[in-house]
Amino acid sequence: MNSNTATKAKPRKHPVVLFIHKLGSPPWFYDFAGKFIPWLWLIFGVLTVLGLYLGLVKAPEDYLQGQSVRIIYLHVPAAWMSMMIYSSMAVMGFIALVWRIRIVEILAMASAPIGAAFTIVTLTAGSLWGRPTWGTYWVWDARLTSELVLLFLYLGVIGLYNSIDEPRKAARAACLLAIVGAVNLPIIHYSVKWWNTLHQGSSISLMGGSSIDSSMLYPLLIMAVATKFYYGANLLTRARIKLLEQDKRKAWVREILKEKN
Amino acid sequence: MDHTPFIIAAYSIGFVVLLWCAVAPLMRKKSIARDIRRLIQIEERSRDPNS
Amino acid sequence: MTAEPLSGSLSKAFLALLRRDLLLAFRRRTELLFPVIFLLVVVSLFPLGIGPGPQLLARIAPGVIWIAALLATVISLDALFRSDFEDGTLEQFIISGHPLTLIALAKIVSHWLVAGLPIVLLSPLLALWMNLPSESLGVMILTLALGTPILSLIGSIGVGLTISLKRGGQLLSLLVFPLYVPILIIATAAVMAASDGLPYTQFLGLLIAGLITSVTLAPFAAAAALKISLS
Repeated sequence: MNSNTATKAKPRKHPVVLFIHKLGSPPWFYDFAGKFIPWLWLIFGVLTVLGLYLGLVKAPEDYLQGQSVRIIYLHVPAAWMSMMIYSSMAVMGFIALVWRIRIVEILAMASAPIGAAFTIVTLTAGSLWGRPTWGTYWVWDARLTSELVLLFLYLGVIGLYNSIDEPRKAARAACLLAIVGAVNLPIIHYSVKWWNTLHQGSSISLMGGSSIDSSMLYPLLIMAVATKFYYGANLLTRARIKLLEQDKRKAWVREILKEKN
Repeated sequence: MDHTPFIIAAYSIGFVVLLWCAVAPLMRKKSIARDIRRLIQIEERSRDPNS
Repeated sequence: MTAEPLSGSLSKAFLALLRRDLLLAFRRRTELLFPVIFLLVVVSLFPLGIGPGPQLLARIAPGVIWIAALLATVISLDALFRSDFEDGTLEQFIISGHPLTLIALAKIVSHWLVAGLPIVLLSPLLALWMNLPSESLGVMILTLALGTPILSLIGSIGVGLTISLKRGGQLLSLLVFPLYVPILIIATAAVMAASDGLPYTQFLGLLIAGLITSVTLAPFAAAAALKISLS
């Protein structure tokens, strides 16, 4: 079956297909990503400064949570990122397993540490928010608990990837684990949420009440967009380095290093 | 209770973690580039006397 | 292509594999007993660590017994594929043309019979130690009977992924425990509900749904994991 599709897929190439094929070529990807990264960092920087200014200086304090509500401009975007990165890692993992595209394997695996970092930020910001609001640093609140489980899932993927020596085999194993985790993640999320109501967890949620004022919403959304640029820039940086490392015996890597000297 | 220290702590931990997450690969890149250059040197040295 | 001549003998091959695994397990009887002894020791540590107050023990009994069951399962999981991987039997199986999913399923079933079933059978004793109310004992046994196969099924994926590592066992617990969270929550909730005289059938329904889902999905994932590990 495999050989069948391979022979059929020869004829002409759509521009999009061509672009994807180009992306699959390590030197081309290395170049392409290298041009993009500074812009991504720049946009991230501008958005972050703007978002933090609006959130920390301009936005009013919450009548219920007081000043501590300002932590949400960090906590909530980080929490969104931690989940988004996991799902994008699983989707890329699926693509990598089915079509065996090396660059996608690398991108999926480069996502894991970034996602773990966002999860750690979510957890610390959440517990620092909890101290003034709940009176303790840690409450087995549904959100914090599922974030903690998410962190364990990330650590599992990273741990598996780092313990297998052969890089492509390691990536494929960890991609499969990421997919299994992604299938489980909604179940974990809902069971934890439900477990929390069962044991009467805390009542104030981090996202505030039913409606959120636009003076708080805009900085939140800006920060949410900014973190996506952070992810993009960091992901491409990591992928480039992984490519260098894996291809260190190939000619294109040597040419790049010679150019730099 | 004054909430400012908690806000400062949350943002500075967030900053440190995300900064480290961005800088760590760059440090790794340096060491990888050094390794590859050494590899090239060794190969060139071993090739020279033969040719 | 290769499946065609075999299709008639799939169930036969499955049973042969199962019989072989069980036979091998019973030849190494002491190894078989380790997880069971481990289970007993872990549960007995809780009254020692927390105090023998019957009220408190009864309250934490479902959680303690279930967590001990998780630990015992993970300890025995590595043995599921390890010896066959190391002596090359697994590769021979694949060369023989049997679908890897079938092999994985046979291994999972034998793992449950060897490691899961003893937990179910021992649970009355554990419940007695932990002072679990007698009216929730039946539910406890039921949740274990429904839940431990899920543990074996999900665990087999983790074993498949870590089998090629020398010390995969340590990593395995990190990979597998987060995936066990929903089962732990639902199963202990069922037992606690039964202890409080509340309805619990919906939890058993959830466990049955989980069992059906994992039976249909996990063997394929385990087979894929094994294929990666063997490549």
